[in-house]
Amino acid sequence: MSGFDQGRSSDVLDVHERARFEQLVLPHLDAAFNLARWLLKRREDSEDVTQEAMLRAFRFFRGFHGGDGRAWLLQIVRNTCYTWLEKNRPGELMTEFDEELHLQPSVTPESLAISGDNRERLGRALETLPPRFREVLVLRELEGCSYKEIAAITAIPIGTVMSALARARQRLQRALTQTPAQEASREL
Amino acid sequence: MSCEYARTTLHGYLDGELDAARSAEFERHLESCRECATALAAEESLRSSLQRSGLYEQASVSLRKKTRTELDGATSSPVPRRIPAWRWLAVGASILVVASVSWYVWPRPGTGGAASAPFTAAELIDAHVRSLQPGHLTDVASTDQHTVKPWFDGKLDYAPPVKDYADEGFPLVGGRLDVLAGRNVAAVVYARRKHVINVFVLPTKEPDTPIHPPGLRQGYQWLHWRRQGMEYCAVSDVSLSDLHELAQLIYQ
Repeated sequence: MSGFDQGRSSDVLDVHERARFEQLVLPHLDAAFNLARWLLKRREDSEDVTQEAMLRAFRFFRGFHGGDGRAWLLQIVRNTCYTWLEKNRPGELMTEFDEELHLQPSVTPESLAISGDNRERLGRALETLPPRFREVLVLRELEGCSYKEIAAITAIPIGTVMSALARARQRLQRALTQTPAQEASREL
Repeated sequence: MSCEYARTTLHGYLDGELDAARSAEFERHLESCRECATALAAEESLRSSLQRSGLYEQASVSLRKKTRTELDGATSSPVPRRIPAWRWLAVGASILVVASVSWYVWPRPGTGGAASAPFTAAELIDAHVRSLQPGHLTDVASTDQHTVKPWFDGKLDYAPPVKDYADEGFPLVGGRLDVLAGRNVAAVVYARRKHVINVFVLPTKEPDTPIHPPGLRQGYQWLHWRRQGMEYCAVSDVSLSDLHELAQLIYQ
């Protein structure tokens, strides 16, 4: 990724650069918002941060020399989200990324069969994951990014994307197989 | 392959990210390892739940609008920043004046001679001014004529000529579908330094004309001509010589 290789931004771009931005980057506004939404959880915060990230992307646009506009934008969105989290909710970033988990041989397709409250249950489980697990799942399963794109966006080495996803999925399964009683008590 | 290893490799397999050799190796392992087969089925089930869940959240209309407004603020003119209401009133008032004047100056289709343009000056200027509002300039934004030209396919029953004149100082900005006098019309958008030029194109059965003497209203110039079954109206606030230069490029 060579997103910021010029290292400087311009406050104002001309109509021609604007047209290029509209063509290459703006179509990925949904992707930008979706990533922000799952990193920050709250809709209002996500809208503010997405907007800030879009403006940053526009100002750095001269440093974008073509290629994958979505990955380039999502890299900026992710950085903007983490900066925001560090400032506003530092506690959420404290979780250890490399925490080892016990394998769960008890997980079966049946135990994961998800019924009526599908969306809510999955969404809530996803939100309990630390941001660094959450983001690889969102990028892979919701955004359909390749390992190469995930590596570029999250700045983790491409060789570790697979194991990051493995751990993230394990975490999600664990969150999903919590009994309803546990979930209920957590809400109280 | 140890089963522990397969538990990571399984994910590469699930995601279609293994090369052929490793993929085949894992499939062989899968035949003999029940644990991996079960785990793979669980992962596939989780994936399809995630993808069918509707968890993907799209940007709201208000976010889209806010983003465009922010971008307008960071774009140099001619995409206008916040224009005070009195200026819009002034534009509206001037359009009314132009409309009434041009009724005489520029006859409507069917009432004028062979050389008359198909639109009134007011309609042209109105369409041009509308295009300068945030987010209205182009439906397809591209400097590539091979992107803009096919975009019109299926949206109009004719194919407007689209060419990039960047080398001559008139880069192509994009294309748009506009409505002029109740007709769908192709608008091809060019830039000249910081100015926007709209070229409206529609088919005609009338014979070719030279580039028509210019009109000037409220700082906007336009030129009109017919060429090879197409009718052209170029509108902009660029200088007349610039506008004429582009008209000649298109005319050739």
